[in-house]
Formats: sequence, C-alpha cells, structure tokens
Amino acid sequence: MEITKKMVEKTATKLSAEEILGGKVLSVKWEPKLKYAWDNGPAIGRYLAELKNGKIIAKKCDKCHRIMIPPRMFCELCWVPTGEWVYVKDTGIVNTWIVGYVDWKAKRLDIKGGVRPITPGIIEIDGASKGMGILHHLGEVDPWKIHRSMKVKAVWKPPEERTGSITDIKYFKPTK
Amino acid sequence: MRRVAIVGAGLTKFYRNTQETPKELAYEATKMALDSCEMKLSDIDCVVHGTAPDAFDGVHMKGEYLSDGSGAYRKPYMRHFVGGGTGVLSPIHGWFHVASGMFDTCLVVAEEKMSSAYPHPAGAFLTIFDHTTEQPLYPTLIYIFAIEMNRFMTTHGYRKEDIALVAVKNKKNAMDHPSAQLPAEITVQDVLNSEIMAWPVNRLDISPTSDGAACVVLAAEHVARRITEKPIWIDGCGWSLDTAYWTTRDLYYPDYLEVAARQAYKMAGIKEPSKEIHIAEPYDPFTYKELHHIEGLMLAPRGKSVQMLVDGHFNRNGNLPTSPSGGLLGVGNPIAAAGLMKVIELYLQLKGTAGKRQVPGNPTCGVANAWGDLMQVGTVVVLRS
Amino acid sequence: MALIERFQKTTDIGFWEGQIPMSYIYTVGRAGEKFFRELINGKIFGAKCEACNITYVPAKIFCEKCFARLEDKYLDVGTNGKVYTFTQCYETYEGIRKEKPSIVAVIQIDGTQGFLVHWLGEIDFEKVSIGMPVEAVFKAKKDREGSILDIKYFKPIK
Repeated sequence: MEITKKMVEKTATKLSAEEILGGKVLSVKWEPKLKYAWDNGPAIGRYLAELKNGKIIAKKCDKCHRIMIPPRMFCELCWVPTGEWVYVKDTGIVNTWIVGYVDWKAKRLDIKGGVRPITPGIIEIDGASKGMGILHHLGEVDPWKIHRSMKVKAVWKPPEERTGSITDIKYFKPTK
Repeated sequence: MRRVAIVGAGLTKFYRNTQETPKELAYEATKMALDSCEMKLSDIDCVVHGTAPDAFDGVHMKGEYLSDGSGAYRKPYMRHFVGGGTGVLSPIHGWFHVASGMFDTCLVVAEEKMSSAYPHPAGAFLTIFDHTTEQPLYPTLIYIFAIEMNRFMTTHGYRKEDIALVAVKNKKNAMDHPSAQLPAEITVQDVLNSEIMAWPVNRLDISPTSDGAACVVLAAEHVARRITEKPIWIDGCGWSLDTAYWTTRDLYYPDYLEVAARQAYKMAGIKEPSKEIHIAEPYDPFTYKELHHIEGLMLAPRGKSVQMLVDGHFNRNGNLPTSPSGGLLGVGNPIAAAGLMKVIELYLQLKGTAGKRQVPGNPTCGVANAWGDLMQVGTVVVLRS
Repeated sequence: MALIERFQKTTDIGFWEGQIPMSYIYTVGRAGEKFFRELINGKIFGAKCEACNITYVPAKIFCEKCFARLEDKYLDVGTNGKVYTFTQCYETYEGIRKEKPSIVAVIQIDGTQGFLVHWLGEIDFEKVSIGMPVEAVFKAKKDREGSILDIKYFKPIK
C-alpha cells in the first residue's frame, strides 16, 4: 500500500514556535533544576591537576604502547590496565577544524558586528601516539588561514587563574 | 533463526513544531501501520520502541511514557536507544524478537518530538560530550559534524560545491514524499549562499529539527505470507560501535559503518554490495554524511563517491539511487523516526508502492543505515523482496 | 601495575560540576487541548471507547486497548469522584520538609475508568477514607488558565 498525502495530512498539526509561545495552543513549561557532580576518577583527576600546573599528562598502555590522551585507567583497545604516566608536549598539529558561526544553542554569532567566529578543532598532541587528538579551540589566527597539519602550541591562562580544567588552556595558537 | 518480514508501515507528517504530544504522534504512525496491513492491535505479540535522548522530548523514561501510544498496553515492550543510529536499530531490535521464535508479530515504533526542547534542541547535544574534558569547551553537534566533514574533504580533496549536490538531490526527491518537511527545488548556489553555520557546513547542508513518528509491522514468515503476497524480508542486520574517544579516530572514514555493513552483508549473503544492492538509504543528517556513508557501506570506493554523485549515479533514475525518499535533508529529521522512515522507504520501493518516488528497474535489494551516539555507532539493515 | 591507584585523600581526585542546561515547553496535544480548555469552563472531560466500554479521564485521542480513535468520543464526565487511594506527604519533590503536610489522592471520576491525581482539601488526614465521595473545587473563573491547577483540590461531598 502506498503512503499518500491524504493519509499523513491529519497525523500532525503544524505550529510555529511563536504560536506555541504566544498561546495559540495550551502548553506547559518545565525548567529542570537538576545538577550533577561527576567524580573525576584517578585518570582525569590527575589530568586536571596537571593542567593546573601547566602540563599535559598522558598514560601509556604497556601492551600496545600507545601513549593516550586524555589519560585513562584502562586501554580500551587491549582491555588491560594502563601503565606509567607520561608527560606530553603542549604543542601539536591540527587534525581537522571548523569556523563556527553559531554557538552551542544554535544562536548566530554577530560576525558582521565583529565577533570572531568560533574555531574549535582536533589537535594531535606531540608526544602522544599518532592520531591521539583532543578537542580544543584555536586562537590568535585568522579563522580562514587555519589549515590541516598546522603546527600549534597551547596558550595557558596565568597560573593564578587556573582551576584544574581543560579551559586552563585558553586555546592553541600557531607556532611560527 | 526464522525469516522476518516487514508487512506494514506508517508515518506521520514531519514538522518543525507540532501540536501533538509524543504519544499522539506515536499513535498516528502505529495506527497507520496496522491499518496498512489490516491488522488489529490484538494481532500483535510484542512492541519495540526506538527514541533518542530523553533530553529532546524532555520526558525521562520516555520509552515508558510512549508505550501506550505505541500499542504496548500489557504487551512485552522494550525501548532501545543508540542516538541517531536508533531508527535503523529499531527494525533490528524487532527482528530479534521474531527471528528468535519467541514472537510471531512485532510492532516497531520510533518517535521524536524535538520541538519541546529550549532554548534550542541543538543545546541538548552539549550533554552528550564528556562532561569534564569537552563540555567546558561548549562543543555542539554542528561543530563535530563540520569537523568530520572537513577531515573527509581534505583527505580526499572533495569540493564543497560538489558535496552540496546531495542537498539538491535529496530535497528534490522529497518533493514527492507526503511527509516531507523541507522539500525544495534548489541549486548548488543556493546551498553555498545559505548562511554559514560552521564552515564547511552551511544551513542547507543540514537536516532540520523535527517532530514525527514512524512504525513498521514485523511478522515471522508463516504469518507474513498470510498477511501479504509480497512480504519484504529483513535479510541482513549489522551494528557496531567505535571508540568513545572520538577525537582519536580518523574521522575521514566511517569504520563503525564498515564493520556493521560487513556483518549485515554476510548475513544476507552479499559479496559485492555495489552490484547486488539496487537502492540505498544512507543516513544523511548532513550532505557530506550521505557520501561518507556510501563509502562506508562499500557502495563506492573510498574517495570516489563525489565523482559518482556528480555523474548522476545516485539520482532516482541512476545506477544506484540513494535517498530516493528525500532523506533527512528533505523529509526531515525527527531522529529515531527519520532512521525508520528510511527503512520504510526501502520497504515501499521494494514492494513497488512508492508512488511518484518509485525508482525504475524493479529493485529487489536495498540497504539503509543510520549513525549516532558520539559519532560512533553504525546500524545497517538489508531488505529484499 | 594496579587498576586502582592509591590516593591519600579523595579530594585529590575531585569532581566536576555541571548541569543539563535545557528547559522545555510541552504542548498539551490534541486531546489535551480539549481537556485543559474545558477545565477553564469548570468541566472535566473524558473520552469513551464504546467497543471496550471504557471512559478515559483525561480525554485522549485513542483507546490504548484496541487503538480505536476517540477524537469524536469526548464527553463531560462531571466533577465528582471517589478516593481510590491516598497518602500524606511531608516533603516537597525536592526533598524539603513541608511546613504543613499535604494529602495527595488518586481520584476515580464517577462513571469512568479514569483517574486524576490531585490534592484533597477541606478535610483532615485522619478523616480521609478510600471510597469517600469527593468533588473538584475550581479556582475563580478569572484565574483559570487551562492547567491541572485550575482545580485547587478535591473536597469531600457532604
């Protein structure tokens, strides 16, 4: 049997967000107030503590010898506990990136008004195994001049402003 | 293992905002599916439901909430969820129930009502990222899609204007789809001129947020043959999950999908997918994603899908029509329901009842896939008439 | 090599705080539009499935048992019911102690198989009993807005 226009036309009633907010139909609002405190665990706990010291730490798998960042207590490929902690560099190369014109709420940035587009990317960290990237932002660079394999270096917040967070690194900037 | 067939299908209209509650949408799709094969709720042995994060509808235990609208009153009922990959896991989940011999008939329902979420449904995606190492950077799904598209493009040397043809094709195909939310006749230039969301992604590279529901009815072979003269068989199922450390994968190629596709092809006895498959519904929440998935499904060699697209290979009258439904780009993207919509399209096409969308040449074998979780899950089904 | 490294103080590991920064606006749906609009009129509406001989309250567009469409089967079911079961609550949903406990009851609307969860008022907890006849007490008409709170509570029928 074919699914026809006639069959689907009454299955759903089209509205706009304005009509809903304006009270054309009845609706109920809910603001969840749930908050969470996620335990860091030993691996991420140490990762954050080292970021506060201005260092990036990874962990090594004794079986596949991968140096993994973010550090983890078990190797998800070999399925064994990981071994030693290894400091890696705060430099790397751009694996891939974007030039973002909207924020996480899908709200448009005022690019014409001079707001710089958001430029997150995946940075492969020097000293970690090949392909080991982390998500971070790129800065001090023309968004349209970012390129694949561009060499970058972390720009850290001043020590007194660091809180033990991934944002203790402000962004990665190109190395000359 | 018993052979399992799809014997009926139903679909609501997809809109950005609907008045209906999620369970009312589920009811409409389920009712249409039952009516399509002249079955009653009492003919149904069990129900499975696919729906994506609770954070969209804003109903925790959404599966339970949706159960009555899905026809599950006092029946065995189970919800499954793998993010965007859910809609194609849905028929697989139903297939378990019937192939195992435990049940003869199964309703497979998928629903999403994204419009309940404020300030924007996209915001719900923030919470799928690692809360400690990624969320503080405020990533969004558009970013990570764009990040993947960029890697895909730079690896193969693909051009944005060629990839944009996917939007042109799918939105045009959707002109003939009764449920379509964004059917349109557009040009490559329209795509390139639409607002940049996150370069290399423009607005017309993206599927919309949507409300909608879909349903198929499954039956074991001996029941299916009583219901219809032309059951459409689920001959292959596959699914797999790549690492959750998504920034450590090379995003240029969907390994998660190749693993799932090989599993499904093996089960279906398919050795040369690009020759044996006549029609495909690759998951297309973004333009590049259809091509990415065509390569992952091994329907095109790596690095060659764009040329095949440009050559018209994937048009409705091409050698291998892809997204003849109009896909997520044209029909809309109520997450789980969109994946199941793709499976329904294969069902209708293989049955020869796709109306104006019918592809020529009496196709007898089709594949659909969906993708989701943290960019890591592949779900694949192969259908045959 | 140990899976669990020894930390002297658990505070060395720490935690990360966050929330799911979403809010929601739910449309009440096709049946809900009828049910909640009628509350403004001081009426409670259900929907009757004739095949199953069930009247649902609140009204809904379908019968969950047989999947019949009920959109043309809405009916005024009156505002009286009986206490089906009840409890007394001493805490809010956030787990905060209430100044004065409230009585929450499931009320079966007379002549239906439908139930509403609501508060009981104008009665002491000790006097509530299962099967007790109650009626809906509505807010003043000008204050009604198409919400379940348009009913203030149910009170005993003298």
